[in-house]
Amino acid sequence: MGDMKRAGTEPVLSVRGLKLHYFTSKGAVRAVDGISFDLYPGETLGLVGESGCGKTSAGYALLGMASPPGRIVEGSILVDGTEVVGMPERSLRRDLRWSKISMVFQGAMNCLTPVYTIRELMAETYREHAPARTRDAVARGDGGIDALLAESLRLVGLPVAALGRYPHELSGGMKQRVAIAMALFLEPRVVVMDEPTTALDVIVQAQILNLVKGLKRDLGLSCVFITHDLATEAEIADRILVMYAGKMAELGSSEDIFGNDPLTGSLHPYTQMLLASTPRLHRRVSELAFIPGSPPDLIDPPEGCRFAPRCPFAKAKCHRDEPPIAELGHRHLAACWKAMEDPEYERL
Amino acid sequence: MSDSSPAEPGDIILEVRDLRKEFIARKGRARVRAVDGVSFALRRGEIIGLVGESGSGKTTIGKLIMRLIEPSSGSIEVAGFRSGSRSAVGDMAYRRRVQMVFQDPYASMNPHFRIKDVLEEPLLVHRIGKTREERMAMVASAMEKVKMTPVADFLDRHPHMLSGGQRQRIATARTLILRPSVIVADEPVSMIDLSTRAEILHLMKTIQEEMELSFIYITHDISTARYFADRIAVMYLGRIVEIGGRDEVIDNPVHPYTRALIAAVCEPEAGRAGTLRELQVRGEIPSASDIPSGCRFRTRCMYAAEECAALPEPELEDIGGGHSHACRRWKEIGWSGSP
Repeated sequence: MGDMKRAGTEPVLSVRGLKLHYFTSKGAVRAVDGISFDLYPGETLGLVGESGCGKTSAGYALLGMASPPGRIVEGSILVDGTEVVGMPERSLRRDLRWSKISMVFQGAMNCLTPVYTIRELMAETYREHAPARTRDAVARGDGGIDALLAESLRLVGLPVAALGRYPHELSGGMKQRVAIAMALFLEPRVVVMDEPTTALDVIVQAQILNLVKGLKRDLGLSCVFITHDLATEAEIADRILVMYAGKMAELGSSEDIFGNDPLTGSLHPYTQMLLASTPRLHRRVSELAFIPGSPPDLIDPPEGCRFAPRCPFAKAKCHRDEPPIAELGHRHLAACWKAMEDPEYERL
Repeated sequence: MSDSSPAEPGDIILEVRDLRKEFIARKGRARVRAVDGVSFALRRGEIIGLVGESGSGKTTIGKLIMRLIEPSSGSIEVAGFRSGSRSAVGDMAYRRRVQMVFQDPYASMNPHFRIKDVLEEPLLVHRIGKTREERMAMVASAMEKVKMTPVADFLDRHPHMLSGGQRQRIATARTLILRPSVIVADEPVSMIDLSTRAEILHLMKTIQEEMELSFIYITHDISTARYFADRIAVMYLGRIVEIGGRDEVIDNPVHPYTRALIAAVCEPEAGRAGTLRELQVRGEIPSASDIPSGCRFRTRCMYAAEECAALPEPELEDIGGGHSHACRRWKEIGWSGSP
């Protein structure tokens, strides 16, 4: 479905062979170890995996923000045609962050400085990232910067009265809305959202997901949505990239990943097992599956497929050679020898 | 299932009667009614899932049962031992019977302790086991129960050398070592990675069945409650608004709040990303210092009528099979009938 819409459309974000390693005293942690994807305008790409799989590091990398001792060691990130990798910090601040790509950080709602009102917090972000626009707004009079802030709040469904409030006077859901409003200030082409619903109650979670969907519909927001929870991705993502131990395990449409049809379902055993260990409310189960073992040490990852030590299907080849990421269905990619060589294999 | 059979009096292991806990906010005279009249009974070998949003009072109930805080009124009785008995002996006897697994496996263990110290501590406190050897044998057997084997590999490790899942196993072993009657587990898996979450729940359930333990499973996640609990009690602003067998409550919810909670759950299925979800609820949970009159859910309820505000708060009403709810308008709002 997306393809027709995309005919002739350039991706707004294009990542190729991205590697981000952390250089610790014990050695290089290969947190992100070669991922590639495109994000098209108006699309939401889900980045999903267990903690430590590199999804948050990848998100930071998109804004050119590897946190020390991390460094982007290889690859390319094009945001709206601009290469991020190798861009000097000054230009990143001036020409990229917030104006072209912004981020809702994990736990951002708990990082609002408690001694400032929402007005002060938001105005500061505005001044920092858009001094010219702020000056114009102040010069125009008629509410000045308040008018800009009020418009931002309206966008995320908050009353203007929230401007005078302190963070502790707002609920978790409202604070998360403020964090989203701050990411949307400068109408960036891409917004990265890192676990924006994780710490929230289910009902508030659903409200925030609805908000993001509405923004996508009304503003054509392009979004990279990072979470550990496949069920949340099902609710929000058009396409999903499953990461395991710094690598791409699978990339496909929501139907490719969640489809029940044996011809469309997920291809990678890791995705299948992750899905099987996700509790389902409307299914009576007596047994929940789980994935035995734990993810590998990324300083010294195993040879071959990184999932092989936990994979019930692993053969000698899997332990020896790393499977390439390959298109096995229409725009459906997976990195798995079994899926590649034996398409009719029995699924979990 | 045991849900539909009337409980034999001897079966009840924990009984909570009209439990209330009020906190006084430091400034002003705001009284926060965190738990506002909760009664339920837990049977031997049963798991009750206490499900609700933050601010629903579920964690406060857990703390009250643990006697980490004292109730404002009401009573808690565990296997004949009453909470709040004045004698020190009665106190210790009560505490030994009720144990807790905390949410945060990183914060609930002394980082200076080795695993064997973590597990020996409760034995020392309760003066169980005469010699070190005797206590270490108990430690080893508790570790085997939670599959932390070979035991010798872990005894001398410090908590920081274990993964989150392993720590929750040790936390579980620490509760088992006193042979309690009731275990309160407050979000025991919410901080654990998805792929191991099911493993920990599975382990806890296996042990629960083997040892005929009773559990209070406190969670915001109704999906894991369906898997783990026998009965589910849905809490809203300090009260139980619906309680019943897990399948009845989830497949056939009566109370509008339960329905809203269920409607909000994400399911890993294709084709949901395109459309906004209809949420059958307004706004967010009000403060427990300002509980609405009449039905406390009415301010967010899609079905609220005048009577919901005017008439006194509805009590739990049994509609058969141990399934109770507190909604006055349940017949008018199109409850689909029994399964």
